[in-house]
Amino acid sequence: MLSPSSGNTVIKSKLIGRRMFLLTAAKAIVTFGIIGRLVSLQINERSKYKTLSDKNRFREWKLAPERGVIRDFFDKEIASNQQVYQVHLIPENSKDIEKLFVRLKTILNITEKKLFYLRRVIAKQKPWEPIIVSDNITWSEFSRLNLFLHELEGVKPIVSVARMYPDNSSAHILGYVSQVSAKDLQTKKYLKDLHVPGMSIGKTGLERKLDEEIIGKIGFQRYEVNAYGKRIKQILINEGQAGKSFKTTLDFEVQKFTSELLKDKAAAVCVMDVYNGDIVSLVSSPTFEPNEFVHGLDKTYWNSLIKNEMKPLTNKTIAGLYPPGSTIKTLVALSALENGVIKPLDTFKCEGKIELYGEKFHCWEKDGHGIVNLRKGIQRSCDVYFYEIARKLGVDRLSETAKKFGLGKKVLNGFIEERAGVVPNTKWKKKFIGQNWYLGETLHSGIGQGYFQSTPLQLCLMTAQIANGGFEIKPRIIFDKKNNNLREYIKYKNENPNDPLPTDLLVSNFELKPLFKNQEHINLIKDAMFSSSNEPGGTSYRHRWENKKFTFAGKTGSSQIKRFTEAQREAEVKQESLPYKDRDHALFVAYAPYNDPKYAISVLVEHGGSGGKAAAPIAKKVIKKVLERHELRKRIDSLLGEQV
Amino acid sequence: MFRARSIQSSLSIKDKILSIDYILVISIFILGLISILAMYSTDGGELKYHTKSHILRFFVFFGMFLTLSFIQIRFWHSQSYLIYILFFILLLGVKYFGLTSSGSKRWLDLYFMNLQPSELMKIGLILFLAKYYHRTSIENLNRVRYLFLPVVVLIAPIILVATQPDLGTALLIAAGGLTVAWLAGVRVKFFAFSGLAFLALLPIAISFLKPYQKSRILTFLNPERDPLGAGYQIIQSKIAIGSGGLFGKGFLQGSQSYLDYLPEKHTDFIFTLFSEEFGFFGSLFILFLYAIIVWRIIKIGNVTRSNFGKLFCYGFGTAFFIYVVVNMMMVLGLLPIVGSPLPIMSYGGSSMMAIMLGLGIVMSCKVYKDTPVN
Repeated sequence: MLSPSSGNTVIKSKLIGRRMFLLTAAKAIVTFGIIGRLVSLQINERSKYKTLSDKNRFREWKLAPERGVIRDFFDKEIASNQQVYQVHLIPENSKDIEKLFVRLKTILNITEKKLFYLRRVIAKQKPWEPIIVSDNITWSEFSRLNLFLHELEGVKPIVSVARMYPDNSSAHILGYVSQVSAKDLQTKKYLKDLHVPGMSIGKTGLERKLDEEIIGKIGFQRYEVNAYGKRIKQILINEGQAGKSFKTTLDFEVQKFTSELLKDKAAAVCVMDVYNGDIVSLVSSPTFEPNEFVHGLDKTYWNSLIKNEMKPLTNKTIAGLYPPGSTIKTLVALSALENGVIKPLDTFKCEGKIELYGEKFHCWEKDGHGIVNLRKGIQRSCDVYFYEIARKLGVDRLSETAKKFGLGKKVLNGFIEERAGVVPNTKWKKKFIGQNWYLGETLHSGIGQGYFQSTPLQLCLMTAQIANGGFEIKPRIIFDKKNNNLREYIKYKNENPNDPLPTDLLVSNFELKPLFKNQEHINLIKDAMFSSSNEPGGTSYRHRWENKKFTFAGKTGSSQIKRFTEAQREAEVKQESLPYKDRDHALFVAYAPYNDPKYAISVLVEHGGSGGKAAAPIAKKVIKKVLERHELRKRIDSLLGEQV
Repeated sequence: MFRARSIQSSLSIKDKILSIDYILVISIFILGLISILAMYSTDGGELKYHTKSHILRFFVFFGMFLTLSFIQIRFWHSQSYLIYILFFILLLGVKYFGLTSSGSKRWLDLYFMNLQPSELMKIGLILFLAKYYHRTSIENLNRVRYLFLPVVVLIAPIILVATQPDLGTALLIAAGGLTVAWLAGVRVKFFAFSGLAFLALLPIAISFLKPYQKSRILTFLNPERDPLGAGYQIIQSKIAIGSGGLFGKGFLQGSQSYLDYLPEKHTDFIFTLFSEEFGFFGSLFILFLYAIIVWRIIKIGNVTRSNFGKLFCYGFGTAFFIYVVVNMMMVLGLLPIVGSPLPIMSYGGSSMMAIMLGLGIVMSCKVYKDTPVN
């Protein structure tokens, strides 16, 4: 039955079956391998791949938030926003970027340098991220762009908002905004999740101080996109949040008025409410144009700012350091009184100079002031009188008082440009100069020269704290409804002059911090300042206001840049005849009105000569302006008070 | 001889129909239905060209498979060499009259369809070698003289296909042929020798590779090498599969394929699409269906009496398994992208035709399992 080969066939079948069995085992192993791979991808790593898949699917375009505005006390916008026209470009939507650039150049005003920069940006970022070709084009350019839009694939005309400063009188205190730099991204943590191409951030002044809050929260649009980057549908839109707006204590009208007064001078003016420390005006001159910084700075303009020896970019009110000169005499006298070194009626004879260990110390009045007591010493600003009391007082006690009144430290919060200045004493000199203190230096300190360095704002604060009866106040520039109780305290005292309660108890009831031991001493200084401004012989007598409403009490000062040589002194060289750079800085501090102090002011004119001549006239005008607006200010204050 | 004839003739039509392996038929049918759903998804949830023509092809070739099941096994045995020669002529035809698409010449224009003879050759070679080793006695099997013909019929089509160029299909054809030879009893040492020879020739072979083929191999070794270029497919496929998770994103919800991140989603990457939408359990189900199909084919090989039938079923079953795992391993990032379709699931008429032809011959082995072939 079986063919001869059938045995053979059976053996072969067995062989085939055996080998098939081996193959089947191999297949099982491979199958488990595939299942293992599926387990690893779809179970173990599924969240990783889900994220990657969503990353594929979704793309987000960030939306720059609108920056908050900054208003003055009367709610006038002093840093506002304006509509601007921009050109954005999404590289992946353009077939040929180079051709597009050529076409754009014929429509817009783009330099070759800008194109070079754009090419670099395109190479760096993702192809779907928009780049900003131009962030501020004119309306006519914008309409021309829209006309040719059909041949400009990838280009997007955008109407956006950007910072706009209606006036440059407050440029220094407001600061300016400009493009985020690589360094900003490194140093400022809050920018990390916030950065949108083309966004501006505050670089100086209030813009910088408030940046974190004023910048707002970023928005985004989330789209589902296909593999070719085409948007399929919008999944989510988050409008973001416009930045917080801020109200300041500044008075825009006073800012403008003061700025106009200071034109062409290198000068600074600070005006402060003596009770709550509200800064009414803070002007530095010469000023600059902050709008120039918003859309990329013009190089020639920048160079002109940098090369100007009047330093228009420096905020002289808080970043300019000057010896306080004779304005410090108020504190020297106060310190001497408080420490019991002199009595108000103690006299010294001024013969124009004194000699100490063979060194001559001159009074500014060559012929001397004769017999001088405290009141006359301040009124005439007699240097010899202050040499004498400084010698008795010693520099360390003087520095203690000066520091108490706010010199030698930063008085505003959060301004990187603000400087602390120097209140010297023996320890300070040992530490920073490495030498012992000389008595002669005490004498120089007594008239605010030598190592003394202060900002105009510090001097304004010092004056305000004298004017309010010697209580500590904190200068502030951001409007705050909360007020200290100083006004109520003064009112209470005026109404109950014979109240049996001791001062310190009252102070604790009103939560005030007195800077004096005996308030009578403060009053003596205030009276002496009055005489300096309003009695014949006073250093600023010529610039007084007769009108009781505006009457101020002040103190002049001039800080020496270069020591006068004996020869110059003999020749009676006038400041005006010196080269500009060698002239003294003119200073003037005052409070007004005298009988009911409301505001303190400090004026500095760089190389202005004497304080009485150069600074006091400016103070006079500003004081009038500020006091004229006081009623208006008070009305707003009480209105806001009611709302609380 | 006579008795065998009587057995065969005694089979009634009813017997024949009853002897069909229904588990196999149903599994293939279910897989076909799933493939239609997957194709529908690749078309973005609309009844478009790919889906329509896939439906048509599936049913036509499924019908062909059932019809071929009733052709006598003896016919397949007797016509094996002829079928091989016919397919080889078609392959030669491609070389001279073929259609060129994206840089390779693989298709013949037959007016009603574009035929890819290399797919048919996968079956043709198995058929040829099954007959050859059925006839070769066990003593002669390992004689060098008897190795000559198999080597020629193996190498000739592979060279033709590899130079189309279509490296993936060439390797799959070789896999089928080598499987049959090994199953028939050719000694391992011959495979080892030829393996060594292949390794020795590898540098020369590499120099013949097109730049894109070299890059594919390099990319397989390190997909992140060029994430937007050649590595893109592997990365996107892994993302699609991985993001499917346990239960998948849901039918028509596969964002990777819907948003065109997935390349070649109709053909080579159809499993990726399915896996993204139906997740781990869906993938396991597909794997399960393929396992059943392979199991049934092997089982038919077990019950069929002739060595020709056994060799064909085992050879085809193993080749089928290899096609499936090569495709899956490719989309799972375990093998380089060589371009091999997933049997039945992938879009493509020639592949469908070849698989159904193979299945038809397997089923005929079942129906005529007791019929001697010669």
